[in-house]
Amino acid sequence: MNSVTVRTLLVRGMLAGLGAGVLAFVFAYLVGEGPVDAAIAFEESNSHEHGGEELVSRTVQSTAGLATGVLVFGVAIGGIAALAFCFALGRVGRIGARATASFTALAGFLLLYLIPTLKYPANPPAVGNPDTIGERTILFVGMIVLSVLLGIAAVLLGRRLAPGWGNWNASITAGVAFVAVMAVTMAVLPSGDNTPKGFPANDLWEFRIASIGTQAVLWAAFGLLFGYLAERVLEPRVTRGKVSALAA
Amino acid sequence: MAQSTAAPTPTTQTLTPLPLRTIAPWAVFFGVLMLVLLYFVGAEQGATALVSGEGVHEWVHDARHLLGFPCH
Repeated sequence: MNSVTVRTLLVRGMLAGLGAGVLAFVFAYLVGEGPVDAAIAFEESNSHEHGGEELVSRTVQSTAGLATGVLVFGVAIGGIAALAFCFALGRVGRIGARATASFTALAGFLLLYLIPTLKYPANPPAVGNPDTIGERTILFVGMIVLSVLLGIAAVLLGRRLAPGWGNWNASITAGVAFVAVMAVTMAVLPSGDNTPKGFPANDLWEFRIASIGTQAVLWAAFGLLFGYLAERVLEPRVTRGKVSALAA
Repeated sequence: MAQSTAAPTPTTQTLTPLPLRTIAPWAVFFGVLMLVLLYFVGAEQGATALVSGEGVHEWVHDARHLLGFPCH
C-alpha cells in the first residue's frame, strides 16, 4: 500500500469515469435532447434575444458537444471520486473494495448532485435570466459545497455516537441531523425559480427527469465499473481465485 | 464460493487504510486539475470567463444544461 496504489486507483477512477460518461452520454442524447429541443423551440418563439447566427450548430451541440461535456465531466468526477475512495477505503467500516466504491459513488451522486438539485434544479434553455447567471452559479456551487460539508459532518457525528449508541441508532441520528440542517438551509436560501411565464410544465418536468437520469446513469456506472477495477488492484487473490474457478 | 466455509468476509480484513501522506500529493494536484475540468464544463463563459467569446459555452451547451449547471 503506497503511492503507486493511489496512482493506479486514480487512473482507474478516471477510466471508469470515462466509461460511465459514454453511457451517460447515450442516455442524455436519447432522453435529454427532446426536452432541450422543445425548450429551444419555446425560446425562439418567445424571445428576440437568442436569434443571431449560431456559433455551434444544434447538430454539433447535441452530439459532439454533448459528448465532450459529459465525457470530460465523467473523467473529472471519476478522478475526484477515486481520491475520495482512497480515503474511504478501510475507514468506513469493514466493507470490501467494491462496496466502498459503491458507497463512494452513492455519496457522490447524493451530495454533489441530487441534494443540491432539490433546491436548485437543472434548467433547460429559456429558463433562467442571463443577468442573474453569476448569482445563480454562486448559489448552485455553494449548495454543493454545503451538502458535501454537511455530509462529512454527518459521518463524523455518526462515528462519534456509534460506540455508545450502536451503529443503527448512531446512523439514524446522523442522517436525521443531516436532513434537518439541510431542510432549514434550503428554506432560508433564496428561491431558484426562474421559469418564464407560459413555459410548458411538462417539458420542464421531462428535462429535469432527463438530467437526474443522466447523472444517475453516470454515478451508477462509475460505482460498478470502478468497484470492479479497484477490486482487481486491491484484492488480487480474490480475482485470481475467480479466474481459476472460471478456468476449471 | 469455496470461501463461504472460511471465516466471514476473509477478504475485507486485508483492506488497511491508505496512509494520508500517500494520498495527499495526488489529492492536491489531481483534485485541482479535476476541478479545473469541471469549471470548463460547468461555468466557463457563463458566470465568469477566462477565454473570451462564446465558443466553450456553446460547445458544451447541452451537457451543461443536462448535467444541472446554471447555463445562461
